Amino acid sequence: MWLNLHKNHRLFLGLAAGVFLLLSTLIAVMPAFSVQNNNAPLPDASPTNAEIQNGLDVFVSENCMACHTQQVRNIDMDKTWGGRPGIPADYARNARLDNLRATPSVLGTERTGPDLTELGERQPSEDWHYLHLFNPRSVVKESIMPAYPWLFTTQSTVGSYDKELNVPAEFRQGITGHIVPTERARQLVAYLLSLKQVDLPDGQSPAFLEYKKPKPAAGSGTASGEAVLDGAALYAQHCQACHQAGGEGLKGAFPPLKGSPIVNDANAEMLVRIVLQGYDARAEYAVMPPFAQKLSDAEIAAIATHERSAWSNRAEKVTPELVRQIRAAIETETTQ
Amino acid sequence: MESSILNRWHWASLLLVLSVQPVLAQGSPVGDVWSQPGIIGTIILLVIVMAGVLVLAIARLGGVLNKLSTPLEQQQNETFEETVANLTTDQLDQILERRQARSYQLTGRELGSEQRPQDEKGLVSHVTTDMHAPLVAEKKHTLRYGKVEPALIRLIAAYLLSAAFWLVFGTAIGWYVGIKFVRPDIDHVAWLSFGRLRPVHTNTVFWGWSSLSMLGLGLFVVTRTSNTRLFSYRLGWLSLGLINACLVLGTLCLMNGINNGGGEYREFIWPVMALFAIGLVISLYNFYQTVAHRQIEEMYISNWYMLGALSWVIILSVIAYLPFYQNGLGETVIQGYYMHQGVGMWFMSFTLGLVYYFLPMSLNKPIYSYSLGVLAFWTQLLFYTLIGTHHYVFSPVPWWLQAVAIVFSAGMFIPVLAGTTNFVMTFRGSGKHVTSSYSLPFLAVGVLFYFTGSVQGSMQAFRFTNVVWHFTDFNVAHSHITMYGIIAFLLWGCIYTLVPRFMGREPRQLLVGIHFWFALLGLLAYIVSMMIGGTLKGLSWLDGEPFIKSVVLMAPFWVWRAIGGTLMLLSHFVFAFNLYEMLLKSAPASEASSVPHLNNTHHVAESA
Repeated sequence: MWLNLHKNHRLFLGLAAGVFLLLSTLIAVMPAFSVQNNNAPLPDASPTNAEIQNGLDVFVSENCMACHTQQVRNIDMDKTWGGRPGIPADYARNARLDNLRATPSVLGTERTGPDLTELGERQPSEDWHYLHLFNPRSVVKESIMPAYPWLFTTQSTVGSYDKELNVPAEFRQGITGHIVPTERARQLVAYLLSLKQVDLPDGQSPAFLEYKKPKPAAGSGTASGEAVLDGAALYAQHCQACHQAGGEGLKGAFPPLKGSPIVNDANAEMLVRIVLQGYDARAEYAVMPPFAQKLSDAEIAAIATHERSAWSNRAEKVTPELVRQIRAAIETETTQ
Repeated sequence: MESSILNRWHWASLLLVLSVQPVLAQGSPVGDVWSQPGIIGTIILLVIVMAGVLVLAIARLGGVLNKLSTPLEQQQNETFEETVANLTTDQLDQILERRQARSYQLTGRELGSEQRPQDEKGLVSHVTTDMHAPLVAEKKHTLRYGKVEPALIRLIAAYLLSAAFWLVFGTAIGWYVGIKFVRPDIDHVAWLSFGRLRPVHTNTVFWGWSSLSMLGLGLFVVTRTSNTRLFSYRLGWLSLGLINACLVLGTLCLMNGINNGGGEYREFIWPVMALFAIGLVISLYNFYQTVAHRQIEEMYISNWYMLGALSWVIILSVIAYLPFYQNGLGETVIQGYYMHQGVGMWFMSFTLGLVYYFLPMSLNKPIYSYSLGVLAFWTQLLFYTLIGTHHYVFSPVPWWLQAVAIVFSAGMFIPVLAGTTNFVMTFRGSGKHVTSSYSLPFLAVGVLFYFTGSVQGSMQAFRFTNVVWHFTDFNVAHSHITMYGIIAFLLWGCIYTLVPRFMGREPRQLLVGIHFWFALLGLLAYIVSMMIGGTLKGLSWLDGEPFIKSVVLMAPFWVWRAIGGTLMLLSHFVFAFNLYEMLLKSAPASEASSVPHLNNTHHVAESA
């Protein structure tokens, strides 16, 4: 009985391996070929360069993918990480690193740390990244990310091309010289800053699916029907990484908001303008990114109100209406 | 803020512990939580556990109630007096006689004699006279097998000792990596940093511990069930050497920052992984040739699983490492396929094959249903192969792939149920066997986790549960339920069944008990903390809270994970010592005949 699988070991192994090979081809190899071949970078994607590629190399070496994803899923909760759900074209440039190493698995499967899809937009400050890599807890107190001091070196003098780190004393670990990033750190930061979501050509994007946490019985919500925005939470999400939880900033990197004349000014226009447009006028501080595209009028108003009432700051509330007016004013200024 | 945390706790406890609270919003965007199949299923699994506990509790309670419901003492006394007054003299005599008979006591020397005790057929394997408050109940002892070729014993011993080394090494790394969640600044050394060590942990426990112990045990099963010698010892040693070389080189590479690209479980670069693949090709050839030279007509089901798994993992590794279709999202499609199949088609399939041999062997009865094993085999092959993409639900990977993955994840109930039924029915009626054995509890726990872990995994693939749990520490809990609760426990059960039999040397029962309980309690602390923490984390994200809050809220759960991990690691040291005692210790403790010992105790008893 050659058809008896219990007795014919050759037939058995051939069948078991053959079925697996067939299914694998259908479920993995062919779809992989298809998504690889029907794909191209978006027209607006900025070109990559050697430094960014080398930065990806450092990123893979340190296996940052173990904790950081780079995928905005098409569900509501991922709106935090990008303006639109990810599409295959976002990964079109992803290819083998070299003859030894495969295509980096940047999508990731675990979010022990934040998603990095839009890191370059969310945190465009080089100084912040250097401090954060030298020791994450120097800028984010609660962070559990590893420190990467081996990406930095100590020098007795600083040349004009060197970028010295203003590491707070408690994180210097007894280093007395000047701490400067190595080439690998510069490459890594170049890569991190290059992480941005590219706009789709037609401005349209796939929709996010609504998946929200079911709320206990309706009717217990706020009477006004519109939720009151939590300025403190929004501050923690968007501002705290640089300006710190106590609003004190970091010396030589990020200006303090606590006691700041701009924040406490009776006229909040300057404050709101800086939030909307970003700020890069003072050499001693890092660049502040613009938030006009990321935050709504109500959100900016809530954050500004929080900044003007928290810590020892005492100033009037900021209304969404004021933010709307300033936003409109900026638009007319720039179109003129 | 306080109340929102309380709220979330409440919600998590609703999810994880059964309680009755039907008033949840209708018509919210995802509908009623209770209509989510994943949630319902997870709760059902918990109900199964709760029901077991409840049965036990009711039985206990019934006993107490019985005692309470005896009639009042006074009532009893009255009836007694009345009965005595009405007795005749004859009846009274009878009662007195009976009373005398009942008070008869043995002198303790009735069975004794002046002759020396003899055990001509070697039936007595162990005698103990120390009955004073033993720390743990004594389990049954294992008898030595008939003839096993010394060359085979040496080869299997080498596989198992290598495996034990990688277990201790890999879990020590895992333990240290877990500590880093609590103390991120514990060291600032490049090659000890989290990103580099994490794959060292996963790869060494996967390819080192699990794979090598599977292959070592498989060598025994394939020769026994084929009733023949191993085809080639030399190939067996070669395969072992290649796999060990792969692990040493791979670990060095990873710690030096040479990472294949971070795809989970394929972090070794291809020249290193090629050693492993060649080792497996050699093993497959060796196993296949042994089966081909079998002295019986039919192939036992274990060989199906083992040969299947060996061929699948080779195909899998080749597909995972070929570069032609892995640009862009092609890599992601392959990664989902690979990381899931690695677990299901290699570890799970091969280990199931081992259980189909070692479970009936240690229970000394045949497997419940051979046909169920065959059904489970083919459905495992058909369904498991298709579900890898469920690691990328909601990602930009083509939606049809995700849908297929979710559907067949549910289909996995079939092989899991078939396997579980088969094992449970084999166990049935042998409860006494399990409690009086030191190896069977490992197999029983493994089977329990096989059911709950696999079903829980399928539910995690459902869309709603995926929203809450994906990317969180819940995944880490799931992978430890499967690779540890299922695979490691089953392998330990097999090792403790086999090694004492062919070595004729047993481990110390107390140490096996410590191994068992430390591993089990450690695992429970590990998975419960990661499941609760992971759920809270997912809910925090759903609430749109700042990311750092989800890091802060995990802190106590990471501490509990570290505690559980410490227990697990300790148990591995104990296991390694047990294996050392059985395999390497020069003076075999139980080798000496027990009869002289018996005689000694006889004389001691006499003189006392």
